[in-house]
Formats: sequence, structure tokens, C-alpha cells
Amino acid sequence: MAETDAGASAAGDARRIANEARERVRFEEEALDFADQVYRVARRLVSTREEAEELVQDTYARAFRSWRSFTPGTNMRAWLLRILTNLNVDRGRKIQRSPDLQPLEEGDYYLANKLAAAEGEQALEQDQVVERLSQSGVVDALAELPHDFRDVVVLVDIGDFSYADAAQILDVPIGTVMSRLHRGRRILKQKLAEENL
Amino acid sequence: MTAHDADCERCEELLQGYLDRDLSPAEVVVAEGHLDGCDYCRRRYRFEERLRRYIRISASERMPAGLLQKLAELREQSPGAQL
Repeated sequence: MAETDAGASAAGDARRIANEARERVRFEEEALDFADQVYRVARRLVSTREEAEELVQDTYARAFRSWRSFTPGTNMRAWLLRILTNLNVDRGRKIQRSPDLQPLEEGDYYLANKLAAAEGEQALEQDQVVERLSQSGVVDALAELPHDFRDVVVLVDIGDFSYADAAQILDVPIGTVMSRLHRGRRILKQKLAEENL
Repeated sequence: MTAHDADCERCEELLQGYLDRDLSPAEVVVAEGHLDGCDYCRRRYRFEERLRRYIRISASERMPAGLLQKLAELREQSPGAQL
């Protein structure tokens, strides 16, 4: 009798272990599917390619260790990015207060107005008008944004996260995401105008 | 150089929310009502759409070759891999 119980419980353990191994492999494969997307965001949060690679590796090392804390069916890409942004702060990036705001940034039409002034109003209708801005200039302008603004702009405009996901990733209220995003984009356009026009 | 009049200014304020599809229905009516009749603002909205795509393309850098392999190797090393 006792032997049968022991046999049944050993079989139960084996099943549990096999199930857990399967779940784990599924988790790891899904996480790896997001690697390129995670890297693209990481790359714009740090200055160099090497730092970005290291940050992504640290992120995956931690994710693989703590896979049980991921709730299946929830947004894994956001979960990975939350680990990544936390690690990025831990790695010595000072948490920067939003700088007390330069008197006023320009409005949302500022860059378009500058382009129109330089190239003529009709130029705004052309698809190529944006190519007046160099691609490396765009990268530099993003890199120059204050961290708080850059995190949000990168998550939403490069990483394609919703406001709600960005709020969860950065652990700030959604209203904060929206105001940083709007201001960050305006500052970005101002920089692009200053650097290119 | 600023927007032409008060309606254009209002439209400029609604630009980001409109493209993010984050305006209230009433605000959408205001924005679209104005855009229908205003070339000046319509050009600027289209420009902003192109700009967003251009920023995304310019700032997106593919994962370096070899990184995926390094990440996959982390899997085997993580404690708990040996069940």
C-alpha cells in the first residue's frame, strides 16, 4: 500500500517536473523571439552598441533566472523592458529629475514651420522633406534628450509601446508618460530644427 | 512664425493626441473639422506623420549578429536549467 502511494507520488513529481521544464522552455523561446525588439529599444537608451549588448544580456540573464515571476498570457515584451529599464537605472544612471523646465519649448509645428521657411510651404507636402534631417542627426537628437523624456519617447515611438505599457515599464502614472512624451517630442523637434536648419 | 489663428493654435495642440489616437470624440471633431478647411494645418499633420516614421526608421538598429546566440547560451547557464 505504502509502496503504491510512493510510486504514485513519484510519478506525480516526474509529471510536475516535466511540465515545469516544458513551460520553462516555452518561456525562454518566447523571450528570445523578442530579442531584436528589446535590443532596438536598449540601443537608444544607452550610448554605445557594446553597452546595449551588455544591457540586453544582463536583462535576459535576469529574465531566465526569474521566469517564474512572469505571468503567462501577459505582455512579455513589456515585462522584459521593465527588467531592462530597471537594470539601466541600477547600472549607475542617475535618476534625473525632469530638468526644471526651460522657459518654454516651441509648439508642435515648430520644425515644420522652420522647414517651410527654408524650403517653401509646398515642400512640406513632399515625402522626401524629412530627408532634410540627417538620420544620424535624429539619433543624436534622441541621445541628447533628458533621460526621463528619452525613455518615454524611445518606448513609445521606437518600441511601439502603448502609453499604458510605458507607464507600467517605467513605474510612473500614465499622465506622466503622456506629458513626458509630448514634451519630449517637442524638444526633439526643436533640436532637429536647431541642428539641421 | 506661428499658426495662423486661434483655430490653428488649437489644432496644433491636438496634433500629438490626434496621431496617437488619444483624443476624445469631441476633440476629434474639432481637429478634423479644422483640418478639412485648413491646408496649413493639414500639411503640418502630414509632415508629423512622415517625421514619426522617419524617426523610427532612423533610430532603429538591428540586433548585432551573434547576440541572439549569446542570449540563447545564457539559458543553459542559468541556475535551475539542471532540473
